[in-house]
Amino acid sequence: MPEYYNIFTQVQVQGPAEMGTDNENNMAEERTTGTSFSTLVGWIGNAQLGPIYLGFFGVISLATGTLWLNIIGFNMLSQVGWNIPEFIRQLFWLALEPPSPEYGLSMPPLNDGGWYIISSFFLLISVMSWWARSYFLAEQHKMGKHIAWAFLAAIWLFLVLGLFRPVLMGSWSEAVPYGIFPHLDWTTAFSIRYGNLYYNPFHCLSIVFLYGSVLLFAMHGATILAVTRFGGDRELEQIYDRGTASERAGLFWRWTMGFNATMEGIHRWAWWFAVLTPITGGIGILLTGTVVDNWFLWAVEHNFAPDYIEDYGYEAYTTYEGFIGQGEGN
Amino acid sequence: MLPKWFDEWNSKNPTDIYKPAIIIGVIGGAVFVTALLVTWGQPFATDSLQTGPRGTGMKVAEFKSELAVPDPTIADYYTDEPFIPEAGEDLAGDIYENVQVLGDLTDANFNRLMNAMTQWVAPEQGCAYCHAGADDGNYADDDLYTKVVARNMIQMTQSINENWDGHVNANAEVGVNCYTCHRGQNVPSEIWFQIHPVNESTGGWASVQNRTTSQSQFTSLPSDALYSYLLNYEQIAVHDLDSRVDTQPGDPTWQDTERTFSLMNYFSNSLGRNCVFCHNSRAFYDPAQHTPQWGTAMLGISMVQELNNDWLVPLKDVYPAERLGPIHADAPKAACKTCHKGYQRPLQGLNVIANWPELAQSGPPEYE
Repeated sequence: MPEYYNIFTQVQVQGPAEMGTDNENNMAEERTTGTSFSTLVGWIGNAQLGPIYLGFFGVISLATGTLWLNIIGFNMLSQVGWNIPEFIRQLFWLALEPPSPEYGLSMPPLNDGGWYIISSFFLLISVMSWWARSYFLAEQHKMGKHIAWAFLAAIWLFLVLGLFRPVLMGSWSEAVPYGIFPHLDWTTAFSIRYGNLYYNPFHCLSIVFLYGSVLLFAMHGATILAVTRFGGDRELEQIYDRGTASERAGLFWRWTMGFNATMEGIHRWAWWFAVLTPITGGIGILLTGTVVDNWFLWAVEHNFAPDYIEDYGYEAYTTYEGFIGQGEGN
Repeated sequence: MLPKWFDEWNSKNPTDIYKPAIIIGVIGGAVFVTALLVTWGQPFATDSLQTGPRGTGMKVAEFKSELAVPDPTIADYYTDEPFIPEAGEDLAGDIYENVQVLGDLTDANFNRLMNAMTQWVAPEQGCAYCHAGADDGNYADDDLYTKVVARNMIQMTQSINENWDGHVNANAEVGVNCYTCHRGQNVPSEIWFQIHPVNESTGGWASVQNRTTSQSQFTSLPSDALYSYLLNYEQIAVHDLDSRVDTQPGDPTWQDTERTFSLMNYFSNSLGRNCVFCHNSRAFYDPAQHTPQWGTAMLGISMVQELNNDWLVPLKDVYPAERLGPIHADAPKAACKTCHKGYQRPLQGLNVIANWPELAQSGPPEYE
């Protein structure tokens, strides 16, 4: 029984490769024919690797995505004078930055945001191609488009940050730098510039859905693992033929909180929570600097920033000499 | 290995020893740790300085072990009581040649101050650090650049004590003298030079940031904050003070905010304090939510701008090449940390001006 507490899958199947169906879309035609098995991969997911299908959009996406990444990498490398050890040492600090503010929406010089614009163009093609791939693959499989629409929710936030908001603000300099620490600096500066993003209600909603997604994921994952011994991991079968696993899982939550999701419904909950995280976040970013310029003052106007009437400054509470242990106070 | 009777008894009486072992182990461990904490105390005890209303999280936390250690440079501080002048005493300007600034001092006080300056700035080199002919009794020449700089620095010190009383005596009489910056070294620690652009093959916004430098406080924030704000008089602007968008020319961009964030990091590290020592971090700009220390710091910004532009940068041509900046050959400049050295008050609030009325003002000294 302890195997259900393990983060790795304990049982993995390695046998004749499952090559998949070939329907009227002739999907197998374009797939590679080779497959392999990996025990390591099997601990996390399916042990079988392949067959792979990249197709038109997959190739476009990988090619442009690689260009984007390499433009960033070579820009960083040139910033440190083509010095590899320095490149590694400063990697988390380095960035490909958007243009300086004075260039607005015009094409800036290559060394001041020009490469950023070019690489962003490739990233746009790459991401949109990967989205098209997720849409058309689902279509060929005769699946619903849920994955594509969920991906599009994330792309919405990505486009707000890098395309819609900069265009509305009239400057590419509003976009987010490509760098590990620098994009975090942007996030902090963005929040402080616009009077503290924590007072942006759409930021609040986004956090609710983000943390909600985490909670739902944990609850659902734990519930299914807990009833796997009764066949609960065969979720699809449990949806149309509810067995003792579903009954127990549902009963557990009804006894715990008076209410339970269904085997199907929990996935709708999870999908909507996940999708609403970037949708609400994107709305919040889009309104910032275009409609609202200081979220704290906006919160004061709408009466949800509390007042504190006690004194500011340590002298009201203690003394410096006392704090450093050289006098009275504290 | 064990006697047969025991093995037989043991196999007939199977007992789960793991459960009691875990329970006893956990409880016993907790008791052991509790006993250690109660008898030896919390090893990483902290103390905090409340800086704002309860509920805002405004406080500065420090380890008690670090609070217990005073600034080590305080112990090395040299000072001496002034000699109250008597009527009719000859003044240094009359006795010695080429005394341009301290001519109003009596002989005893003049030599007392010269001795102290040697202790504060050049304790190893002695008089000859500034006076090339000291060994031959010739103190009048201005041959050495150090003497020219020292004369300027005496005037700068007098100016600080005279004109920036609101900053250097903000809480109590503290003042500044040579030791506030020098601490026994020829060149004060924590001076700074222009270092930007820091990135090759870049221009504009991309060229001044994203490198681990001392001026970015080893973050990826801009490395030109001291240059922009404490030398170049650029306006520190972070927010738009309207809730709704009403953009005016010159309104800050997020780049201005980020550069300010870099400056604020420097402030924090210079004083060993955090954001909420001066600000309520929920609304950094709001004057109604600033502490009084914010006002002191604002005066400090103006003071440093003046020190750099009126006193330190003009000395550029006096210095030899090895004293100039490594990248742009610019004059060394000062900022918060040059005096504060990581402490809320330089030398933890030690009064360094009471004994030195000669440095307290630009005119003749007033002895009490």
